[in-house]
Amino acid sequence: MPQYGSGLFVSIAHLIRGLFGGTTVTADVVMTVINSLIIWALIALAALSLILLERKVAGWMQLRTGPNRLGPRGWFQTVADAMKLLGKEDIFPAAADKWVFGLAPMFVIGLSVMVMAVIPYGKGMVPVDLNVGIFYLLAVSALTTIPFFMAGWGSNNKFALLGGMRAVAQMISYEIPLVFSLLGVVMITQTFKMSAIVNAQSHVWFILLQPLGFVVYTIAATAETNRAPFDLVEGESELTAGAFTEYTGMRWALFFLGEYANLFIVSAVAATVFLGGWQGPFLPGWIWFAIKVLFMVFLFLWFRWTFPRLRVDQLMHFGWKVLLPLSVANILLTGVGIYIYQLIYPAIGG
Amino acid sequence: MGNIGGGLVFLVFALVTVFSAYLVISSRNIIHSALFLILTFIGVAALYAMLDADFLAMVQLLVYAGAISIMVVFGVMLTLRGGPENSNGDTRNAIGGAIAALLTFVVLGMVIFTNSAWLTTGTGISGGSTVSDVSWLLLTKYVVPFEVAAVLLLVAMVGAIILAKGVDDSK
Amino acid sequence: MVDNFGAIGIILIFAILFPIVMLAIPKMVAPRKPGKEKETTYECGMETRGETWIQFKTNYFLYALVFVAFDVETIFLYPWAVQFRKLGTFAFVEMFIFIAILLVGFWYAWKEGALEWK
Repeated sequence: MPQYGSGLFVSIAHLIRGLFGGTTVTADVVMTVINSLIIWALIALAALSLILLERKVAGWMQLRTGPNRLGPRGWFQTVADAMKLLGKEDIFPAAADKWVFGLAPMFVIGLSVMVMAVIPYGKGMVPVDLNVGIFYLLAVSALTTIPFFMAGWGSNNKFALLGGMRAVAQMISYEIPLVFSLLGVVMITQTFKMSAIVNAQSHVWFILLQPLGFVVYTIAATAETNRAPFDLVEGESELTAGAFTEYTGMRWALFFLGEYANLFIVSAVAATVFLGGWQGPFLPGWIWFAIKVLFMVFLFLWFRWTFPRLRVDQLMHFGWKVLLPLSVANILLTGVGIYIYQLIYPAIGG
Repeated sequence: MGNIGGGLVFLVFALVTVFSAYLVISSRNIIHSALFLILTFIGVAALYAMLDADFLAMVQLLVYAGAISIMVVFGVMLTLRGGPENSNGDTRNAIGGAIAALLTFVVLGMVIFTNSAWLTTGTGISGGSTVSDVSWLLLTKYVVPFEVAAVLLLVAMVGAIILAKGVDDSK
Repeated sequence: MVDNFGAIGIILIFAILFPIVMLAIPKMVAPRKPGKEKETTYECGMETRGETWIQFKTNYFLYALVFVAFDVETIFLYPWAVQFRKLGTFAFVEMFIFIAILLVGFWYAWKEGALEWK
């Protein structure tokens, strides 16, 4: 299907490359630097807009107006919040382990930047198209548990420590189903490369071939991002704010930034792996990608305002005894499916 | 990237790895040791990546930095008694440890410098990324070790559960 | 050409810089007035009592153990998935055995209640 305007950013990139001699090392370095800056901007933009979206959707779902004071329909609310946070004092509790406490939020956001480097934002718009793309993505996001532990432990606060330990326990419990749910797609595409996974979906989106994988991924991703109904990590009624209890000002905002960057990342991965990435008719690829990401984000927001929070034992039970067997079943089903498919159409396999 | 640039990057990551490994043993606080251990794992992953072993680097990140480290941290939290301030202060075995480390180093060096057979690794068998090479070899030539790995994992899991349960019962 | 991991390295620099830049701004504009009362541990207005850094229960450790076992399984499963269609029946049966062996471990963990939150 034809797409119009897909090449806009690619052309711009090509133009910039041209200034530095096309395929030289300098051009590559300059492009990577520009890509990194774009990732910075994207994280800031994602956080600002997704927080507003979250509040607006929450308001809509609960028949409220949501933020409506600042700017037209309250659209500048999060910008104002961000400005306010910039001017807030950065308090280190006297009892805290200063280094561990201070570094934790920096790790969270750093990992988000690293993960966003391999997401295909459009045709030819992957900052770094690694051979091990999807595996890199999983490996680096697996590290997100560590800053949560650091924050919880470093705060030297009982709420924070409990929250941090729970966060880690929850994230490791749901990481396995998450990793397994993407495996079916790798079995079909036979590649880890993100761009190749998108290309493989030019005829059919993998949500149709992997419905179970998609469901498992979505649930596990909700838990991985510590969002409701799996948000007992920061369940305010029991743990104040979980691992973030002691954080103030910009350091706290970095956690928030990381949280929304992660929401963007899991939505983008779902869009890439299951919803065909930038594939779609007529509109430019990056617009399709944005639409699909927003759809996934909306789904996650919808979850948040629909399901009540789980209890910690229910959460663990669900992760290990429901999702994990389901994801293993998905792998076996996919294997059998491909096997039968190859028997019928031997030409297509291998 | 030029050789000098590559060497410089290698030096940075090697220093990070070695220095954080040193801090693992020298930190008085065992939680700090655990966190530096994670940094060591990440540094090693970077070194793998620099050797074009991309899959191995990711495995290092996923399994060591992502999973083993969490196990270590939980293990530490399980055994921590009476505050962390001086929880890793025991250096009675420093000399013995140093000798053991030195011997390991010598043996490794001897293996590396006397066996030249594996120094030239040649090109990958499938010409593609290391992933397909690794998987091809795993599922064809090294299929028995591959299945043995599954048994090993099973034994490890069962053994670990028995051990941890034992701890639980004795309380 | 800078190879892929070279680019990842450059992005790593920016990943480290990003939080530093973000924290440098409030360093310049935000007030800094530390106080004894302000820096106490937050516990909803109560004085905090006793040690925070205490021994945790074995549950967490059990989950971590099972997690490590499955995590190691993934590093075998992913390469298998890539070659799966090329290797045909043999690989399929092989992996089936592999998963089956691990499911035995999973079943054992389940039976022993290692997955039970207490």
